[in-house]
Amino acid sequence: MFKILGEFLVFMKVRKKYWLFPIMIVTALLGGLILLTKGSAVAPFIYTLF
Amino acid sequence: MKVLGLSAFYHDSAAALVVNGEIIAAAQEERFTRKKHDAGYPRHAIDYVLSAGGLTPSDIDYVAFYEKPFLKFERLLETYVSMAPRGFKSFAMALPLWMREKLYQKDLLSTELNALVKADWNAKLVFSEHHLSHAASAFFASPFQDAAVLTMDGVGEWATTSLAIGHGNALTIEREIHFPHSLGLLYSAFTYYTGFRVNSGEYKLMGLAPYGEPKYVSQILENLIDVKPDGSFRLDMKYFDYCAGLTMTSQRFDHIFGGPARNPEDPLTQRHMDLAASVQFVLEDVVLRLARSIASQTGMRNLCLAGGVALNCVANGKVLRDGCFDKIWIQPASGDAGGALGAALAASFMHLGVPRKVVSPDSMHGSYLGPSYADDEIETTLHRVGARFVKMTDAEMFAKTADCLAAGLAIGWFQGRMEFGPRALGNRSILGDARSPAMQKILNLKIKYRESFRPFAPAVLAEDAADYFDLNVESPYMLLVAPVRQERRRPVSAEEAALFGIEKLNVPRSDIPAVTHVDYSARVQTVRQDTNPKLHALLSMFKERTGCSVLANTSFNVRGEPIVCTPEDAFRCFMGTDLDILVVGNCVLRKEDQDSALAINYKNQFELD
Repeated sequence: MFKILGEFLVFMKVRKKYWLFPIMIVTALLGGLILLTKGSAVAPFIYTLF
Repeated sequence: MKVLGLSAFYHDSAAALVVNGEIIAAAQEERFTRKKHDAGYPRHAIDYVLSAGGLTPSDIDYVAFYEKPFLKFERLLETYVSMAPRGFKSFAMALPLWMREKLYQKDLLSTELNALVKADWNAKLVFSEHHLSHAASAFFASPFQDAAVLTMDGVGEWATTSLAIGHGNALTIEREIHFPHSLGLLYSAFTYYTGFRVNSGEYKLMGLAPYGEPKYVSQILENLIDVKPDGSFRLDMKYFDYCAGLTMTSQRFDHIFGGPARNPEDPLTQRHMDLAASVQFVLEDVVLRLARSIASQTGMRNLCLAGGVALNCVANGKVLRDGCFDKIWIQPASGDAGGALGAALAASFMHLGVPRKVVSPDSMHGSYLGPSYADDEIETTLHRVGARFVKMTDAEMFAKTADCLAAGLAIGWFQGRMEFGPRALGNRSILGDARSPAMQKILNLKIKYRESFRPFAPAVLAEDAADYFDLNVESPYMLLVAPVRQERRRPVSAEEAALFGIEKLNVPRSDIPAVTHVDYSARVQTVRQDTNPKLHALLSMFKERTGCSVLANTSFNVRGEPIVCTPEDAFRCFMGTDLDILVVGNCVLRKEDQDSALAINYKNQFELD
């Protein structure tokens, strides 16, 4: 997880999109929560978008 | 330099091998796993391309992945933020997928590659942008030294449409149209609305279009899409639901087009056909405007096309006939599987600076880039599965097959290397007599187990193509639709013209009715002697017997099944359908000779697409 966060930080620096950082943190927390409350992650049928 | 290209984790996983800029092999994972649109890590396809190149995993210099996962994640996050609080349901479904798997694609790739051989794969992994992969697959495989490259699909990371310029071994993206404004997703929205499956049913919508009238064009242009004279466009997102919801279209869309989306099992009505005709008209208009403006702005005379929208062979035919470019070349694996090839080509030429050698007719080797099987391997397999067959010489085999075709029999034709891309181009094909008015129905109902709106594609001797179709260029990959020549057409009576839907398709409209659509168009495959000598020899033999150099060609599979890959797959499909004859290499199998105990119930084995 920390490795990914580190890589994402580098990515944001390159893309100059630091404002994504708090969103990434909230997303990680929310995503973790959703993961804990759900058994599986299934892609909806419009899988092109994901 | 040996570069392995990969596409995976969304749909249509594939692997491709490029050595010193030359395309050696490419295959889609679904052909090996027998799971349609398989999105998993393409381990079987990797094994195959390495063996085809005579390489071991440690020989690979670089591995190129076809898109950039973080950029895609950025697009998802920004889209959800812009839509919030709407879209939470979609967010809650997408997020676990990303948190659990998709953010770790680099690690996943390294782990899988380490299982092949221990190496510092992180240092060998390079990532190409989705549309750059598409553009590279088109330009670097094309016969052009310089060309404009137009790529159009649903969406990659951000881009949905892009213009690139290629010179020699350089390729630069010049302009892009970004998500959510997407020609591919507009077409997919109508695919969904008319009751077909998004991402696989688009070709059905294209096939349905000639049955309808483009009555809804003004509603589409006034409400859904704002098209500028140069072909750039914006969608009005209030009519679509794919950003925040779990469907393609919104209630406002239903309101404009007079009702809710069709359920897949509901009957098709004239309204659905008119909708198909309308969106096809708009798509062609946008593609034509884009092509014309690119031609005038860049001064380029050659155009390359790729991306899922480039599989719309009707639109491609319109661009060709428009004449805004002297030559066009379309990547046969234009979908995401072709991204694996594009990523490997981009890494070879752009990242590693390999010099590019332009090859005529192109660098795709006819798209015959998949596995092939030696004669003894075929015989061993056929013996093992209990097949009864006769081994013939080349001349006997061509003569026997041509005789059977002329007698109206349906033939499973398995030769040489498997095709890369969604079309069967005569190495994993079911062939029939294009002159037979009954062939359409026989192939569809007794063999493919489907009703189809499109007739079969004609495979025609390249040198005779102009005798049958208004087509003055080669179409080796079935990616150009051309009209059947006027003198070959048969007038249709008022009674026949009044028929509805698929009944219309059963009315013979030319002297090659099995391949003539209701609007007298045909999705042509021209066959060259140097690219596919066996199919060329068969067509020539058929011409000798009948005077006709056209065969109906459809993919060797049943509905929902990936195209056959091995001789065993071919035998299984043969025994599960009403195919009369199977020709595998030089081995000829007649259905009546086979052990009836080996017949299998094949019809319901595959999930319908």
